[in-house]
Amino acid sequence: MTAVLSCQGVRKLFGPSVVLDGLDLDVAEHEVVALIGASGSGKSTLLRCVNLLEDLDDGTIHLDGAHITDPRINPDLVRRKIGIVFQAYNLFPHLSVLDNITLAPVRVHKRPAASARSQALALLDRIGLASKAAAFPDRLSGGQQQRVAIVRALVNSPRLLLLDEVTSALDPELVGEVLDLIRDLKADGMTMVLATHEMTFARQVADRVCFLDAGRILEQGSPEQVLDNPVEARTQQFLRRLAPA
Amino acid sequence: MTDGAPPLSAVQLDRIAWRRRQSIRSILVAAASTAVLGVLLVVAVTGAPGWDRVRQSFLDPTIAADALPDILRGLWLNVRLLVFCAVGSLALGLVIALLRTLRGPVFFPVRALATSYTYTFRGLPLIIVIYVLTLGVPGLRLQGMPSVLVLGGLALVLTYSGYLAEVFRAGIESVHPSQVAAARSLGLTYRQAMRHVVLPQAVRRVAPPLLNDTVALQKDVGLVSLAGPIDAVRAAQISTAEHFNYTPYIVAGVLFVLLAIPLIAVTDWVTLRAARRQASR
Repeated sequence: MTAVLSCQGVRKLFGPSVVLDGLDLDVAEHEVVALIGASGSGKSTLLRCVNLLEDLDDGTIHLDGAHITDPRINPDLVRRKIGIVFQAYNLFPHLSVLDNITLAPVRVHKRPAASARSQALALLDRIGLASKAAAFPDRLSGGQQQRVAIVRALVNSPRLLLLDEVTSALDPELVGEVLDLIRDLKADGMTMVLATHEMTFARQVADRVCFLDAGRILEQGSPEQVLDNPVEARTQQFLRRLAPA
Repeated sequence: MTDGAPPLSAVQLDRIAWRRRQSIRSILVAAASTAVLGVLLVVAVTGAPGWDRVRQSFLDPTIAADALPDILRGLWLNVRLLVFCAVGSLALGLVIALLRTLRGPVFFPVRALATSYTYTFRGLPLIIVIYVLTLGVPGLRLQGMPSVLVLGGLALVLTYSGYLAEVFRAGIESVHPSQVAAARSLGLTYRQAMRHVVLPQAVRRVAPPLLNDTVALQKDVGLVSLAGPIDAVRAAQISTAEHFNYTPYIVAGVLFVLLAIPLIAVTDWVTLRAARRQASR
């Protein structure tokens, strides 16, 4: 079985600082991989590189066996197969919830507006936000906005969903509703890579946890293995500082 | 809201009564201070030693009535030119702003041209542009040369689109990069992201300064009279020379203010609405 996502020797520099330092990562179909690590360890940068929002300084990334970091390919075609959800939601403030979701299906995938709308409404209904379809994002709570952002990424039926610290900007009481949605997606078999600070959540939803340190995956394995019995001193130190998670 | 609510407490009723008394007092104070200032101004102006001479040469009703038709005819020209120039410079300004945001090496000359356009026409005095277009260009004696009026309007469009392009560009750059990232991540191309995500937000944000420039344009359209066409100010000037009296200028001035009021009101309304939208997030 070929991996859905395959990163080899990924290197990314921001000026003089090395953010990703020859990172390797394979993600199989239906697998959920959690990236953990301190701020600045390269979690978000890796996700942005996979979505081609950043250019690599070395290495390759393959999606379904196709080389996507070849500068000759059209990045727009690749992005259509990858969904990404950002820490700050990044909903479009001038569009209603429904229009936020249907923008890409209608404009990018050239689907008829009616079918895109009914699919969007069905997805909104599933997350309990059908009544907010006509509302503008600024009228929604953070948790509601983030769930809309996830639906917006899902409506294109991506092969791979990237979640970049999607609960970091939320009040603790709103985190649960977003995490529930992600658990549902896992049950549906969605392949996901998520950067997270929620160790409890990583433990519950991830098939594999990767600890990033200094731009590399220092340690990886099952949640129990990495979170409960870390081998590397750096991992132990990181988890200790998080205290009772 | 009202039904089912408990009856108001004595403290709240007292509060409401006190607030009402306060607002009545405020209105009375405002009225009194306005009246005092108004009387003082009238006394100061009409009591001035030269008031009679000034009134004769600036505020003569018969001359005003005599000059009004010509000035109105001129004003109609201003209005038509304003509409033409406002639409033209908004469209051209937007195109130039978009050209400046184009990326990729192919577009280097386009970007450079658009940039030098905004530098040139914001730097060049409007009067010189009007002279060059209305006096210089017809001198070429090309076939199908448009009228001086159209050329003058074109001069205004060229100058104002330079300003408006920069306003549009400021709006485009004010949209946070994360919005473009979100749009691109959904698979939208650069152009689609611009069209559906960046521009709608940018135009909303810069609507107040755009309308502000349109109000300024309203006064500058009269400058085409340098080339011959008779606008309201030029008509007032002719009338002033005929009567040896400045009243026509005052008439034209009042008409300009009246014409500007709706535009300025729209500007204020749009600004207020934008502020409310910002406050609601």
